[in-house]
Amino acid sequence: MRVTTTVNGERYDVDDVWEGESLLYMLRERMGLPGSKNACEQGECGSCTVYLDGLPVCACLVAAGQAGGRQVTTVEGLGSAEDLHPVQQAFIAAGAVQCGFCTPGLIVQTHDLLRRDPHPDDAEIREALAGNLCRCTGYEKILDAVRLAAETMSAAPVDDPSGAAS
Amino acid sequence: MEFLAATTLSDALAAKREQPEAVPLMGGTDVMVELNFDRRRPPALLDLTGVRELDEWSMDGDVVRLGAGVTYTRVIEELGQALPGLAMASRTVGSPQIRNRGTVGGNLGAASPAGDSHPPLLAAGAKIELASVTGTRTVSIDDFYTGVKSHAGRPDELITAVLVRSARGPQQFSKIGTRNAMVIAVSSFGLALHPDVKRVRTGIGSAAPTPRRAVEAESFLSSALEEHDLWETRAALADSLVREFGERVKAAARPIDDVRGTAAYRLHSLAVMARRTLGWAWADYAGGTA
Ligand SMILES: Cc1cc2nc3c(=O)[nH]c(=O)nc-3n(C[C@H](O)[C@H](O)[C@H](O)COP(=O)(O)OP(=O)(O)OC[C@H]3O[C@@H](n4cnc5c(N)ncnc54)[C@H](O)[C@@H]3O)c2cc1C
Repeated sequence: MRVTTTVNGERYDVDDVWEGESLLYMLRERMGLPGSKNACEQGECGSCTVYLDGLPVCACLVAAGQAGGRQVTTVEGLGSAEDLHPVQQAFIAAGAVQCGFCTPGLIVQTHDLLRRDPHPDDAEIREALAGNLCRCTGYEKILDAVRLAAETMSAAPVDDPSGAAS
Repeated sequence: MEFLAATTLSDALAAKREQPEAVPLMGGTDVMVELNFDRRRPPALLDLTGVRELDEWSMDGDVVRLGAGVTYTRVIEELGQALPGLAMASRTVGSPQIRNRGTVGGNLGAASPAGDSHPPLLAAGAKIELASVTGTRTVSIDDFYTGVKSHAGRPDELITAVLVRSARGPQQFSKIGTRNAMVIAVSSFGLALHPDVKRVRTGIGSAAPTPRRAVEAESFLSSALEEHDLWETRAALADSLVREFGERVKAAARPIDDVRGTAAYRLHSLAVMARRTLGWAWADYAGGTA
């Protein structure tokens, strides 16, 4: 089937989508957007977290067809290699990236947290990231990165590309 | 496989009539796992996320009509006052990503004995609204769960809403698992005080083939409260009464041993949760905050 959807602000018509496939598969294998990672395929790890109409969800649990007519923002839509988002910069600066597999999901989830709550305490950070697993177990650095991102972003606010503001 | 994207309830019901074997798809947090792991290959998926009617909640007098497609995140943010037990249980579901997507209707559709919405809905005395092209009916939550992962809905019906009276008294929910997030209940328990009708209702999760009430424990406690005038005096509950209630809740369960826990532990934990939730709820009631 054909799925028409908007990803990172751009409209796509994707053909030959299998009716039972996930949004994650469509993004990675049909749309050339491999930023969202495929790990557990059962919503446990959060590596595939994307915004769907402004809410972070596991792309592996959204049927591709369910993204039809909706707005998707992936990690690629938050910043680019030349123009990193402050959350991405903070993950690098804090040394919060080891193997990197969980990073895209954590970036999106952190982005959402700081948008809703610019000054989260540690309990709120842990709660927000409870659905994102890091098997290198670099959680302390990840917490550092979120705190750092919160600081830099409150000093210099940035645009919100997630589509949630509308 | 076909992908049927309904945009109105009448379209969805017509599709379900024509293809009763089409699998309804809401948040997908149960269905997509089964598809991703090749556990299921239905002939068709019936996507309901475009159906506006399912996505809304409203008040009809003091009854909340909760559309089947309302997510846990929205229950938590919007219905904490009216449906405190369900909101507490919703906070324990999965992770933020799962709560943004998973729905109460999907939990009812899956009808897993471990589903977290069941104990609070049993305790609140909810009704489930089922619709087909031939009409709409409501089924008491007491009759909704018919077996392991099966419910009273017919193949041509969809779950359209949950009807729950706005809370008249304190409600509590408790769940046992290995961590705070991302946990399927080892066992769980919901309790609601209904001071207006002088009744207590309960719901047991993950400790029987279906979610179920502890009916005998409820009657025992309700009679004891009435007999000692406790609804009026709001006096502290005797320790012996609270303990006996816990034992009777335990007696209502029929758990099994599985990967998440043993039957013995489930029984033990139920008695503990029953005592504690009663203690918390009664403290609230005695404090006059509810
Ligand atoms: C990582 C993870 C963690 C989880 N944690 C929990 C947890 O802590 N507690 C818990 O209870 N559950 C948990 N779940 C299970 C799941 O999230 C819940 O059961 C959720 O409520 C399902 O809702 P959904 O909208 O995603 O349903 P879907 O997956 O879309 O559907 C679930 C079932 O209901 C049927 N259905 C859907 N809508 C209707 C309808 N309108 N009428 C009739 N049938 C319908 C579907 O055909 C399917 O059989 C978890 C799942 C994952 C992946």
